[in-house]
Amino acid sequence: MRNGWLQPIADAVKLLFKEIIVPTNASRTLFFIAPMLSLAPALAAWAVMPFADGMVLADINAGLLYILALTSMGVYGVIIAGWASNSKYALLGAMRSAAQIVAYEIAMGFALVGVLMAAGSLNLGDIVRAQQGAWTTGWFVWPLIGLFLVYIISGVAETNRSPFDVAEGESEIVAGFHVEYSGMAFAVFFLAEYANMILISALTALLFMGGWLSIFPQSWAQTPYIGWLIGDGIHWFLLKTTFFMFNFLWFRATFPRYRYDQIMRLGWKVLIPVTLVWIFAEAAAIALGWKPWLS
Amino acid sequence: MTFQQLVFFLFAAVTTLSALRVITVRNPVHAALFLVLTFFSCAALWMLLEAEFLAIALVLVYVGAVMVLFLFVVMMLDINIARLREGFAGYLPVGALVALIMVSEMVLVIVSGAFDTGAPEPAPATYSNTEALGEVLYTDYVYQFEIAAVILLVAIVAAIALTLRRRTRTKYQNPAQQVSVDRDDRVRLVKMKPEERD
Repeated sequence: MRNGWLQPIADAVKLLFKEIIVPTNASRTLFFIAPMLSLAPALAAWAVMPFADGMVLADINAGLLYILALTSMGVYGVIIAGWASNSKYALLGAMRSAAQIVAYEIAMGFALVGVLMAAGSLNLGDIVRAQQGAWTTGWFVWPLIGLFLVYIISGVAETNRSPFDVAEGESEIVAGFHVEYSGMAFAVFFLAEYANMILISALTALLFMGGWLSIFPQSWAQTPYIGWLIGDGIHWFLLKTTFFMFNFLWFRATFPRYRYDQIMRLGWKVLIPVTLVWIFAEAAAIALGWKPWLS
Repeated sequence: MTFQQLVFFLFAAVTTLSALRVITVRNPVHAALFLVLTFFSCAALWMLLEAEFLAIALVLVYVGAVMVLFLFVVMMLDINIARLREGFAGYLPVGALVALIMVSEMVLVIVSGAFDTGAPEPAPATYSNTEALGEVLYTDYVYQFEIAAVILLVAIVAAIALTLRRRTRTKYQNPAQQVSVDRDDRVRLVKMKPEERD
Protein backbone atom coordinates (compact mmCIF):
# COMPACT_ATOMS: atom_id res chain seq x y z
CA MET A 1 0.00 0.00 0.00
CA ARG A 2 0.97 3.62 -0.21
CA ASN A 3 3.44 4.81 2.46
CA GLY A 4 3.42 1.37 4.04
CA TRP A 5 0.86 2.22 6.73
CA LEU A 6 -0.54 -1.31 6.64
CA GLN A 7 2.79 -2.77 7.73
CA PRO A 8 2.34 -2.34 11.55
CA ILE A 9 -1.15 -3.82 11.31
CA ALA A 10 0.15 -6.74 9.27
CA ASP A 11 2.86 -7.29 11.92
CA ALA A 12 0.29 -7.44 14.70
CA VAL A 13 -1.94 -9.85 12.76
CA LYS A 14 1.09 -11.99 11.97
CA LEU A 15 1.95 -12.23 15.67
CA LEU A 16 -1.62 -13.26 16.46
CA PHE A 17 -1.63 -16.11 13.96
CA LYS A 18 1.88 -17.47 14.39
CA GLU A 19 2.31 -20.87 15.92
CA ILE A 20 3.21 -21.00 19.61
CA ILE A 21 5.99 -23.52 20.10
CA VAL A 22 6.34 -25.16 23.50
CA PRO A 23 9.85 -26.53 24.13
CA THR A 24 10.22 -30.19 25.02
CA ASN A 25 10.30 -30.77 28.78
CA ALA A 26 8.94 -27.29 29.38
CA SER A 27 6.52 -26.94 32.26
CA ARG A 28 3.46 -26.44 30.07
CA THR A 29 1.05 -24.71 32.46
CA LEU A 30 3.64 -22.34 33.86
CA PHE A 31 4.92 -21.65 30.35
CA PHE A 32 1.54 -20.17 29.43
CA ILE A 33 0.81 -18.53 32.80
CA ALA A 34 4.08 -16.53 32.74
CA PRO A 35 3.20 -13.98 30.02
CA MET A 36 -0.20 -13.35 31.62
CA LEU A 37 1.44 -12.83 35.00
CA SER A 38 3.68 -10.16 33.57
CA LEU A 39 0.89 -8.28 31.81
CA ALA A 40 -1.90 -8.46 34.41
CA PRO A 41 -0.27 -6.42 37.25
CA ALA A 42 0.69 -3.63 34.86
CA LEU A 43 -2.95 -3.31 33.76
CA ALA A 44 -4.48 -3.79 37.24
CA ALA A 45 -2.42 -0.90 38.63
CA TRP A 46 -4.41 1.55 36.47
CA ALA A 47 -7.44 1.06 38.73
CA VAL A 48 -6.20 3.66 41.22
CA MET A 49 -4.72 6.10 38.69
CA PRO A 50 -6.42 9.53 38.73
CA PHE A 51 -6.50 10.95 35.19
CA ALA A 52 -8.04 14.24 36.29
CA ASP A 53 -9.62 15.61 39.45
CA GLY A 54 -12.11 12.91 40.47
CA MET A 55 -11.61 10.91 37.27
CA VAL A 56 -10.47 7.69 38.95
CA LEU A 57 -11.83 4.16 38.94
CA ALA A 58 -11.14 3.26 42.59
CA ASP A 59 -10.41 6.18 44.91
CA ILE A 60 -8.80 4.13 47.69
CA ASN A 61 -6.79 5.42 50.61
CA ALA A 62 -3.84 3.06 50.19
CA GLY A 63 -3.46 3.77 46.45
CA LEU A 64 0.31 4.16 46.41
CA LEU A 65 0.80 0.98 48.47
CA TYR A 66 -1.48 -0.89 46.07
CA ILE A 67 0.64 0.24 43.13
CA LEU A 68 3.85 -0.76 44.90
CA ALA A 69 2.42 -4.20 45.69
CA LEU A 70 1.21 -4.79 42.14
CA THR A 71 4.38 -3.61 40.40
CA SER A 72 6.39 -5.91 42.66
CA MET A 73 4.34 -8.83 41.29
CA GLY A 74 5.49 -8.24 37.71
CA VAL A 75 8.79 -10.02 38.31
CA TYR A 76 6.98 -13.37 38.62
CA GLY A 77 6.22 -13.39 34.91
CA VAL A 78 9.91 -13.10 34.12
CA ILE A 79 11.09 -15.67 36.67
CA ILE A 80 8.44 -18.24 35.79
CA ALA A 81 9.05 -17.77 32.06
CA GLY A 82 12.76 -18.34 32.56
CA TRP A 83 12.28 -21.45 34.63
CA ALA A 84 9.38 -23.01 32.70
CA SER A 85 11.15 -22.69 29.33
CA ASN A 86 13.71 -25.34 30.32
CA SER A 87 16.46 -23.44 28.56
CA LYS A 88 19.72 -22.17 29.98
CA TYR A 89 19.58 -18.79 28.31
CA ALA A 90 16.07 -18.21 29.59
CA LEU A 91 17.08 -19.21 33.12
CA LEU A 92 20.11 -16.91 33.03
CA GLY A 93 17.95 -14.03 31.86
CA ALA A 94 15.40 -14.71 34.59
CA MET A 95 18.12 -14.78 37.26
CA ARG A 96 19.60 -11.50 36.10
CA SER A 97 16.28 -9.79 35.89
CA ALA A 98 15.04 -11.07 39.27
CA ALA A 99 18.16 -9.84 41.07
CA GLN A 100 17.97 -6.51 39.28
CA ILE A 101 14.28 -5.92 39.93
CA VAL A 102 14.55 -6.83 43.62
CA ALA A 103 17.51 -4.44 44.01
CA TYR A 104 15.90 -1.48 42.27
CA GLU A 105 12.53 -1.98 43.90
CA ILE A 106 14.07 -0.90 47.21
CA ALA A 107 15.35 2.39 45.79
CA MET A 108 12.01 2.92 44.06
CA GLY A 109 10.06 2.26 47.25
CA PHE A 110 12.23 4.70 49.20
CA ALA A 111 11.69 7.38 46.55
CA LEU A 112 7.94 6.86 46.97
CA VAL A 113 8.32 7.13 50.76
CA GLY A 114 9.73 10.62 50.19
CA VAL A 115 6.71 11.55 48.08
CA LEU A 116 4.16 10.34 50.59
CA MET A 117 5.98 12.15 53.40
CA ALA A 118 5.75 15.37 51.42
CA ALA A 119 2.08 14.82 50.53
CA GLY A 120 1.01 13.33 53.86
CA SER A 121 -1.21 10.82 52.09
CA LEU A 122 -1.16 7.51 50.25
CA ASN A 123 -4.07 8.45 48.02
CA LEU A 124 -2.82 9.35 44.54
CA GLY A 125 -5.46 12.05 44.08
CA ASP A 126 -4.46 13.70 47.36
CA ILE A 127 -0.79 13.51 46.37
CA VAL A 128 -1.55 15.50 43.21
CA ARG A 129 -3.74 17.96 45.12
CA ALA A 130 -0.86 18.53 47.57
CA GLN A 131 1.20 19.84 44.64
CA GLN A 132 -1.17 22.70 43.85
CA GLY A 133 0.29 26.16 43.36
CA ALA A 134 2.69 27.46 40.75
CA TRP A 135 4.61 24.68 39.01
CA THR A 136 7.93 26.23 40.02
CA THR A 137 7.10 25.96 43.72
CA GLY A 138 4.30 23.46 44.18
CA TRP A 139 5.43 20.38 42.29
CA PHE A 140 7.37 17.80 44.27
CA VAL A 141 10.04 17.53 41.60
CA TRP A 142 11.89 20.56 42.99
CA PRO A 143 12.18 19.79 46.72
CA LEU A 144 12.58 16.07 45.94
CA ILE A 145 14.78 16.34 42.87
CA GLY A 146 17.17 13.64 44.10
CA LEU A 147 14.34 11.21 44.72
CA PHE A 148 12.88 12.14 41.32
CA LEU A 149 16.11 11.18 39.56
CA VAL A 150 16.38 7.97 41.59
CA TYR A 151 12.77 7.15 40.73
CA ILE A 152 13.31 7.65 37.00
CA ILE A 153 16.52 5.60 36.96
CA SER A 154 15.02 2.74 38.95
CA GLY A 155 11.85 2.96 36.85
CA VAL A 156 13.91 2.31 33.74
CA ALA A 157 15.68 -0.55 35.52
CA GLU A 158 12.38 -2.01 36.80
CA THR A 159 10.96 -2.22 33.30
CA ASN A 160 14.14 -3.91 32.01
CA ARG A 161 14.60 -1.19 29.45
CA SER A 162 17.87 -0.05 27.94
CA PRO A 163 20.45 0.81 29.37
CA PHE A 164 19.46 -1.72 32.05
CA ASP A 165 18.22 -4.45 29.70
CA VAL A 166 20.68 -7.17 30.71
CA ALA A 167 17.70 -9.50 31.16
CA GLU A 168 17.40 -9.55 27.39
CA GLY A 169 21.05 -8.95 26.50
CA GLU A 170 20.71 -10.21 22.94
CA SER A 171 24.46 -10.18 22.39
CA GLU A 172 25.16 -12.39 25.45
CA ILE A 173 22.10 -14.52 26.19
CA VAL A 174 20.19 -14.22 22.90
CA ALA A 175 16.98 -12.67 24.25
CA GLY A 176 16.97 -13.68 27.88
CA PHE A 177 13.85 -14.94 29.56
CA HIS A 178 11.59 -14.92 26.46
CA VAL A 179 13.95 -16.66 24.07
CA GLU A 180 11.69 -19.75 23.83
CA TYR A 181 8.47 -17.82 23.27
CA SER A 182 6.87 -17.31 19.91
CA GLY A 183 3.66 -15.97 18.45
CA MET A 184 1.14 -14.32 20.75
CA ALA A 185 2.87 -15.48 23.96
CA PHE A 186 5.92 -13.51 22.88
CA ALA A 187 3.76 -10.54 21.94
CA VAL A 188 2.19 -10.52 25.40
CA PHE A 189 5.66 -10.12 26.94
CA PHE A 190 6.27 -7.14 24.72
CA LEU A 191 2.87 -5.66 25.55
CA ALA A 192 3.71 -6.09 29.24
CA GLU A 193 7.01 -4.26 28.82
CA TYR A 194 5.32 -1.31 27.13
CA ALA A 195 2.41 -1.36 29.58
CA ASN A 196 4.94 -1.13 32.41
CA MET A 197 6.69 1.76 30.68
CA ILE A 198 3.45 3.68 30.34
CA LEU A 199 2.60 2.91 33.97
CA ILE A 200 5.95 4.20 35.27
CA SER A 201 5.67 7.32 33.10
CA ALA A 202 2.17 8.04 34.36
CA LEU A 203 3.27 7.51 37.96
CA THR A 204 6.21 9.88 37.54
CA ALA A 205 3.85 12.50 36.15
CA LEU A 206 1.45 12.03 39.06
CA LEU A 207 3.95 11.86 41.90
CA PHE A 208 6.49 14.47 40.90
CA MET A 209 5.07 16.63 38.11
CA GLY A 210 1.62 17.45 39.46
CA GLY A 211 -0.47 15.04 37.38
CA TRP A 212 -3.38 16.90 35.84
CA LEU A 213 -2.29 20.34 37.16
CA SER A 214 -1.61 23.03 34.60
CA ILE A 215 1.66 24.95 34.39
CA PHE A 216 -0.22 28.23 33.98
CA PRO A 217 -1.60 30.29 36.90
CA GLN A 218 -5.08 29.35 38.10
CA SER A 219 -6.55 32.73 37.07
CA TRP A 220 -5.72 32.22 33.38
CA ALA A 221 -8.24 29.37 33.23
CA GLN A 222 -11.00 32.01 32.99
CA THR A 223 -9.81 33.08 29.52
CA PRO A 224 -12.68 32.75 27.02
CA TYR A 225 -12.53 29.91 24.43
CA ILE A 226 -9.09 28.54 25.33
CA GLY A 227 -9.56 28.54 29.12
CA TRP A 228 -10.16 24.77 29.25
CA LEU A 229 -6.86 24.23 27.48
CA ILE A 230 -4.93 26.46 29.88
CA GLY A 231 -6.66 25.20 33.04
CA ASP A 232 -6.14 21.87 34.79
CA GLY A 233 -7.32 18.75 33.04
CA ILE A 234 -6.58 15.31 31.70
CA HIS A 235 -4.64 16.74 28.73
CA TRP A 236 -1.87 17.94 31.07
CA PHE A 237 -1.60 14.48 32.59
CA LEU A 238 -1.39 12.87 29.16
CA LEU A 239 1.16 15.43 27.99
CA LYS A 240 3.48 14.79 30.97
CA THR A 241 3.08 11.02 30.64
CA THR A 242 3.96 11.23 26.94
CA PHE A 243 7.05 13.25 27.78
CA PHE A 244 8.38 10.50 30.09
CA MET A 245 7.47 7.80 27.58
CA PHE A 246 9.50 9.71 25.01
CA ASN A 247 12.39 9.70 27.50
CA PHE A 248 12.30 5.90 27.65
CA LEU A 249 12.83 5.67 23.90
CA TRP A 250 15.41 8.44 24.01
CA PHE A 251 17.48 6.58 26.64
CA ARG A 252 17.34 3.45 24.55
CA ALA A 253 18.75 5.21 21.53
CA THR A 254 21.39 7.10 23.51
CA PHE A 255 23.07 4.94 26.14
CA PRO A 256 25.07 1.74 25.76
CA ARG A 257 24.08 -1.20 27.95
CA TYR A 258 25.42 -1.31 31.50
CA ARG A 259 27.68 -4.10 32.63
CA TYR A 260 25.91 -6.37 35.13
CA ASP A 261 28.13 -5.63 38.15
CA GLN A 262 27.81 -1.91 37.41
CA ILE A 263 24.03 -2.21 37.55
CA MET A 264 24.18 -3.89 40.94
CA ARG A 265 26.66 -1.35 42.24
CA LEU A 266 24.53 1.56 41.07
CA GLY A 267 21.41 0.12 42.68
CA TRP A 268 22.78 -0.88 46.06
CA LYS A 269 25.67 1.49 46.63
CA VAL A 270 24.52 4.70 44.97
CA LEU A 271 20.75 4.95 44.66
CA ILE A 272 19.74 3.43 48.03
CA PRO A 273 22.14 5.58 50.12
CA VAL A 274 21.00 8.70 48.22
CA THR A 275 17.35 7.97 49.01
CA LEU A 276 18.11 7.21 52.67
CA VAL A 277 19.92 10.51 53.19
CA TRP A 278 17.28 12.42 51.26
CA ILE A 279 14.44 10.94 53.32
CA PHE A 280 16.27 11.77 56.55
CA ALA A 281 16.86 15.37 55.44
CA GLU A 282 13.24 15.66 54.32
CA ALA A 283 11.98 14.34 57.66
CA ALA A 284 14.16 16.90 59.46
CA ALA A 285 12.79 19.68 57.22
CA ILE A 286 9.20 18.64 57.94
CA ALA A 287 9.89 18.42 61.68
CA LEU A 288 11.37 21.94 61.59
CA GLY A 289 8.25 23.23 59.87
CA TRP A 290 9.74 24.04 56.46
CA LYS A 291 6.96 22.07 54.77
CA PRO A 292 5.89 24.41 51.96
CA TRP A 293 9.50 24.36 50.83
CA LEU A 294 9.77 27.04 48.20
CA SER A 295 6.57 29.03 48.23
CA MET B 1 -25.53 -15.88 51.31
CA THR B 2 -24.27 -12.37 50.71
CA PHE B 3 -21.71 -11.51 48.08
CA GLN B 4 -19.04 -10.95 50.76
CA GLN B 5 -19.61 -14.43 52.15
CA LEU B 6 -19.30 -15.88 48.67
CA VAL B 7 -15.98 -14.10 48.17
CA PHE B 8 -14.82 -15.24 51.60
CA PHE B 9 -15.56 -18.90 50.90
CA LEU B 10 -13.92 -18.67 47.50
CA PHE B 11 -10.68 -17.26 48.85
CA ALA B 12 -10.76 -19.48 51.93
CA ALA B 13 -11.05 -22.52 49.69
CA VAL B 14 -8.19 -21.33 47.49
CA THR B 15 -6.03 -20.64 50.57
CA THR B 16 -6.62 -24.07 52.07
CA LEU B 17 -6.19 -25.98 48.83
CA SER B 18 -3.03 -24.19 47.79
CA ALA B 19 -1.57 -24.57 51.30
CA LEU B 20 -2.27 -28.28 51.00
CA ARG B 21 -0.59 -28.38 47.60
CA VAL B 22 2.54 -26.71 49.03
CA ILE B 23 3.30 -29.84 51.02
CA THR B 24 1.96 -32.46 48.59
CA VAL B 25 3.32 -31.28 45.27
CA ARG B 26 6.49 -33.03 44.04
CA ASN B 27 8.38 -30.17 42.46
CA PRO B 28 9.89 -27.61 44.90
CA VAL B 29 9.39 -24.74 42.43
CA HIS B 30 5.71 -25.59 42.13
CA ALA B 31 5.52 -25.75 45.94
CA ALA B 32 7.01 -22.25 46.21
CA LEU B 33 4.52 -20.94 43.65
CA PHE B 34 1.62 -22.51 45.55
CA LEU B 35 2.92 -20.75 48.66
CA VAL B 36 2.72 -17.49 46.71
CA LEU B 37 -0.89 -18.29 45.85
CA THR B 38 -1.60 -19.01 49.53
CA PHE B 39 -0.16 -15.64 50.58
CA PHE B 40 -2.12 -13.86 47.90
CA SER B 41 -5.49 -15.35 48.81
CA CYS B 42 -4.70 -14.72 52.50
CA ALA B 43 -4.21 -11.07 51.59
CA ALA B 44 -7.61 -11.10 49.88
CA LEU B 45 -9.16 -12.50 53.08
CA TRP B 46 -7.57 -9.72 55.14
CA MET B 47 -8.92 -7.22 52.65
CA LEU B 48 -12.41 -8.55 53.42
CA LEU B 49 -11.73 -7.69 57.09
CA GLU B 50 -11.03 -4.09 56.00
CA ALA B 51 -7.39 -4.54 57.00
CA GLU B 52 -6.17 -3.12 53.71
CA PHE B 53 -2.78 -2.00 54.99
CA LEU B 54 -1.87 -5.44 56.31
CA ALA B 55 -3.21 -7.12 53.18
CA ILE B 56 -1.19 -4.96 50.82
CA ALA B 57 1.90 -5.19 53.04
CA LEU B 58 1.58 -8.99 52.91
CA VAL B 59 1.58 -8.90 49.12
CA LEU B 60 4.35 -6.31 48.99
CA VAL B 61 6.71 -7.97 51.48
CA TYR B 62 6.04 -11.68 51.19
CA VAL B 63 4.87 -12.06 47.59
CA GLY B 64 6.91 -9.24 46.11
CA ALA B 65 10.20 -9.71 47.92
CA VAL B 66 10.57 -12.77 50.18
CA MET B 67 9.08 -15.33 47.82
CA VAL B 68 10.96 -13.92 44.82
CA LEU B 69 14.26 -14.52 46.60
CA PHE B 70 13.02 -17.90 47.80
CA LEU B 71 12.08 -18.93 44.27
CA PHE B 72 15.41 -17.59 43.08
CA VAL B 73 17.25 -19.98 45.39
CA VAL B 74 14.95 -22.97 44.82
CA MET B 75 15.36 -22.66 41.04
CA MET B 76 19.14 -22.82 41.37
CA LEU B 77 19.11 -25.94 43.53
CA ASP B 78 19.29 -29.32 41.94
CA ILE B 79 17.04 -31.18 44.33
CA ASN B 80 16.73 -34.93 44.08
CA ILE B 81 13.12 -35.51 45.10
CA ALA B 82 13.40 -39.30 45.34
CA ARG B 83 16.16 -39.03 47.92
CA LEU B 84 14.25 -36.39 49.86
CA ARG B 85 11.28 -38.73 50.16
CA GLU B 86 13.31 -41.69 51.38
CA GLY B 87 12.76 -41.21 55.12
CA PHE B 88 9.07 -40.39 54.77
CA ALA B 89 7.75 -43.53 56.52
CA GLY B 90 10.30 -43.25 59.31
CA TYR B 91 9.37 -39.66 60.15
CA LEU B 92 5.63 -40.29 59.86
CA PRO B 93 4.93 -41.10 63.56
CA VAL B 94 6.81 -38.02 64.79
CA GLY B 95 5.09 -35.80 62.22
CA ALA B 96 1.68 -37.22 63.07
CA LEU B 97 2.30 -36.61 66.78
CA VAL B 98 3.30 -32.97 66.20
CA ALA B 99 0.26 -32.45 63.95
CA LEU B 100 -2.03 -34.01 66.56
CA ILE B 101 -0.67 -31.75 69.33
CA MET B 102 -1.06 -28.65 67.17
CA VAL B 103 -4.61 -29.52 66.15
CA SER B 104 -5.68 -30.20 69.75
CA GLU B 105 -4.12 -26.92 70.90
CA MET B 106 -5.98 -24.99 68.23
CA VAL B 107 -9.25 -26.74 69.10
CA LEU B 108 -8.75 -25.90 72.78
CA VAL B 109 -8.18 -22.22 72.00
CA ILE B 110 -11.21 -21.99 69.72
CA VAL B 111 -13.51 -23.87 72.11
CA SER B 112 -12.44 -21.67 75.05
CA GLY B 113 -14.39 -18.78 73.49
CA ALA B 114 -11.50 -16.30 73.47
CA PHE B 115 -12.39 -15.38 69.90
CA ASP B 116 -16.14 -14.88 70.50
CA THR B 117 -15.91 -11.12 70.47
CA GLY B 118 -18.74 -10.72 67.98
CA ALA B 119 -18.51 -8.85 64.70
CA PRO B 120 -16.71 -5.50 64.98
CA GLU B 121 -18.65 -2.37 64.11
CA PRO B 122 -18.03 -1.23 60.55
CA ALA B 123 -15.52 1.62 60.48
CA PRO B 124 -16.64 5.04 59.22
CA ALA B 125 -15.80 5.91 55.62
CA THR B 126 -13.05 8.36 56.57
CA TYR B 127 -11.22 5.81 58.74
CA SER B 128 -7.75 5.12 57.42
CA ASN B 129 -6.16 1.86 58.38
CA THR B 130 -2.66 3.05 57.54
CA GLU B 131 -2.99 6.17 59.66
CA ALA B 132 -4.34 4.25 62.66
CA LEU B 133 -1.53 1.70 62.49
CA GLY B 134 1.11 4.37 62.11
CA GLU B 135 -0.22 6.32 65.06
CA VAL B 136 -0.14 3.28 67.34
CA LEU B 137 3.29 2.14 66.16
CA TYR B 138 4.99 5.50 66.48
CA THR B 139 3.38 6.76 69.71
CA ASP B 140 2.29 3.98 72.07
CA TYR B 141 4.70 1.28 70.93
CA VAL B 142 7.57 3.35 69.60
CA TYR B 143 10.26 1.72 71.78
CA GLN B 144 9.17 -1.83 71.00
CA PHE B 145 9.00 -0.92 67.32
CA GLU B 146 12.47 0.60 67.30
CA ILE B 147 13.92 -2.33 69.26
CA ALA B 148 12.46 -4.74 66.70
CA ALA B 149 14.08 -2.67 63.95
CA VAL B 150 17.46 -2.75 65.69
CA ILE B 151 17.23 -6.51 66.18
CA LEU B 152 16.57 -6.90 62.45
CA LEU B 153 19.55 -4.67 61.71
CA VAL B 154 21.75 -6.86 63.91
CA ALA B 155 20.47 -9.91 62.02
CA ILE B 156 21.38 -8.26 58.69
CA VAL B 157 24.88 -7.38 59.89
CA ALA B 158 25.39 -10.88 61.28
CA ALA B 159 24.20 -12.56 58.08
CA ILE B 160 26.48 -10.42 55.94
CA ALA B 161 29.44 -10.91 58.28
CA LEU B 162 28.96 -14.66 58.15
CA THR B 163 28.71 -14.96 54.38
CA LEU B 164 30.96 -12.18 53.08
CA ARG B 165 34.40 -13.44 52.25
CA ARG B 166 37.03 -12.10 49.96
CA ARG B 167 37.89 -14.84 47.52
CA THR B 168 41.44 -14.51 46.27
CA ARG B 169 41.22 -16.18 42.90
CA THR B 170 38.23 -14.35 41.46
CA LYS B 171 38.64 -11.31 39.25
CA TYR B 172 37.56 -8.22 41.04
CA GLN B 173 37.24 -4.62 39.94
CA ASN B 174 37.65 -1.51 42.01
CA PRO B 175 35.28 1.07 40.47
CA ALA B 176 36.93 4.00 42.28
CA GLN B 177 40.25 3.04 40.75
CA GLN B 178 38.69 2.62 37.32
CA VAL B 179 37.08 6.03 37.45
CA SER B 180 40.18 7.87 38.65
CA VAL B 181 42.36 6.59 35.84
CA ASP B 182 44.30 9.24 33.93
CA ARG B 183 45.36 9.14 30.36
CA ASP B 184 48.97 9.26 31.52
CA ASP B 185 48.57 5.98 33.43
CA ARG B 186 47.55 4.15 30.31
CA VAL B 187 49.40 5.68 27.37
CA ARG B 188 52.82 7.24 27.11
CA LEU B 189 53.28 9.30 23.98
CA VAL B 190 56.89 9.40 22.95
CA LYS B 191 58.25 11.97 20.57
CA MET B 192 60.80 10.57 18.17
CA LYS B 193 62.39 11.55 14.96
CA PRO B 194 61.36 9.80 11.78
CA GLU B 195 63.95 7.19 10.88
CA GLU B 196 66.02 7.56 7.78
CA ARG B 197 65.27 5.13 5.00
CA ASP B 198 68.33 3.09 4.08
